[in-house]
Amino acid sequence: MSTLAPAEADLEVEELADDPDYDRPWVVIVWNDPVNLMSYVTLVFQKLFGYTLAHATRLMLQVHNEGKSVVSTGTREKAELDVARLHSYGLWATMQRD
Amino acid sequence: MDAGPRISRAPDGVRLDLPEDERALLSQVARELRALIDEAPDDPSLRRLFPRAHEDEALEEQYRGLTRDQLTTARDRALETIEEAASNTLLSPEEADAWLRGLNDARLVLGTRLEITEDFDWDAVDLSHPQAQELALYAYLSWLQEQLVEALA
Repeated sequence: MSTLAPAEADLEVEELADDPDYDRPWVVIVWNDPVNLMSYVTLVFQKLFGYTLAHATRLMLQVHNEGKSVVSTGTREKAELDVARLHSYGLWATMQRD
Repeated sequence: MDAGPRISRAPDGVRLDLPEDERALLSQVARELRALIDEAPDDPSLRRLFPRAHEDEALEEQYRGLTRDQLTTARDRALETIEEAASNTLLSPEEADAWLRGLNDARLVLGTRLEITEDFDWDAVDLSHPQAQELALYAYLSWLQEQLVEALA
């Protein structure tokens, strides 16, 4: 066992290093939709992410005017949690690698 | 019809001033949407309640496996709170949050059915419109939602 364990560990490190996406964070994107009210979207950004009114309004306007906005970034786990919280408030959110 | 505000800020939550017929209507809307989510979760009008998170099929399947039940339960509870608290005169902050999500879900489903677009021409709608009733309900729920957001902002 003492000889096998380090070999396994090395293999894992190599696999991670081979993955070109390994250190690229995930981004959470909110897309424009015709139903959600602008004031509601701003409030949800403040509630879920603790953003100031000014920052939340800026993101909401970007969604409204440009069709989408990146509202948070992080590991896959964090991004999935953020997407699920946005989905629970009815916002159209997706995630992808940066 | 009395068009005064129905929802306003209160010291310990949100105040409701809803006429009796509107309370009954909100209860009914919440009850019907709960039943739809429960009985026909794949109904196309519910598609905006459960959007995809991932483009990749395998990742999306994992996401759904992790979140779908929780999202369904949260929606069910929020709508139940609307049904139960429709006769209240005060909503606690937690109840107000449930109303916020539940009213929005109802608007998303109606908006999907009515194919609401950003440049939807409300001036062209009158009583002869084939979907006049649902459009009126959508507009009413939007009006309430705006007041609720303002009371919580």
